[in-house]
Amino acid sequence: MSRIEVLEDRCKGCLLCTTVCPVQIIVQSQRFNQNGYKVAEVPEEEKEKCTGCASCALICPDLAIRVYRTPKAKKGED
Amino acid sequence: MSELQEKLVFDRPESVIDRPTHYCPGCHHGVAHRLVGELLDEMKLREESILIGSIGCSVFLYNYLDIDAVEAPHGRAPAVGTGVKRARPDKFVLTYQGDGDLASIGMAEIMHAANRGERICVVFVNNTVYGMTGGQMAPTTLVGQRTTTCPGGRCRDKEGLPIKMTEIISQLGGVAFAGRASLDSVKNIRTAKKYLRKAFECQVQDRGFGFVELLSACPTNWKMPPVKANERIREEMIPYFPLGVYKDVTEEGGAC
Repeated sequence: MSRIEVLEDRCKGCLLCTTVCPVQIIVQSQRFNQNGYKVAEVPEEEKEKCTGCASCALICPDLAIRVYRTPKAKKGED
Repeated sequence: MSELQEKLVFDRPESVIDRPTHYCPGCHHGVAHRLVGELLDEMKLREESILIGSIGCSVFLYNYLDIDAVEAPHGRAPAVGTGVKRARPDKFVLTYQGDGDLASIGMAEIMHAANRGERICVVFVNNTVYGMTGGQMAPTTLVGQRTTTCPGGRCRDKEGLPIKMTEIISQLGGVAFAGRASLDSVKNIRTAKKYLRKAFECQVQDRGFGFVELLSACPTNWKMPPVKANERIREEMIPYFPLGVYKDVTEEGGAC
């Protein structure tokens, strides 16, 4: 499973990441960070849809997104 | 088990300092900084680089990129870069300028540095407005665009047409690479990185002057939300400033 980590103290709530997500799971949260920006988040129930494509991290102007990817199970295992 | 296999596939490049930037939300300077940082890491140029900062919003670039820097007077980054490169020809010299800096007050410096074929790279961030000083009209402001010094919109008869810098620079003899990319979409950001790499390689291989124009957004001075500003690049800027490579001596098979 892939996932993204939004560094909430860096996010400025520009929401450019929401426009590029191919599965459209990134939304604006209702939380404010200490700078007063409403940060981006992936809701808990949508988390498993993340494909780990890193598009959101690529367009984020503030380096506020880290992307983790888990390699698929090896061919020999199934 | 899956925790162990998990791989971090995207993180801050080492050359970019872990520090919040002073840019407004949705400003593309951050993307441009990251692309430069990634390339300095990938090409192992971090310890070899000297950055020439310019005036504009990117004036504090030395706070964000972990490389040695010289701050140039407004528009004079290519002139300072020329001096730095001639004094230390072994170093990688990079200037980072905005459109007010490069295309207006610094027009003479950039033209002559490019024409001489100085072995420097110029990253030109074009957001069609003077950002830091409060949104005045720049030479690249589009016709009809409202700014604080042309509140009725830029008029073609009075202020002329926006200057297409990459086209002009690509006509000069000493230029090895000139290209224009945009930072509005994932695909265009990838292309931008490709162009920057080519410009950097031209200096490393001693081929000539490298110039990359990056179309970027300034949501604050365009007075629109970041997502809409991003769309404006696509709808208004790219049709007037066509993307692409305008000069590439590596493709032509000969250095200048």
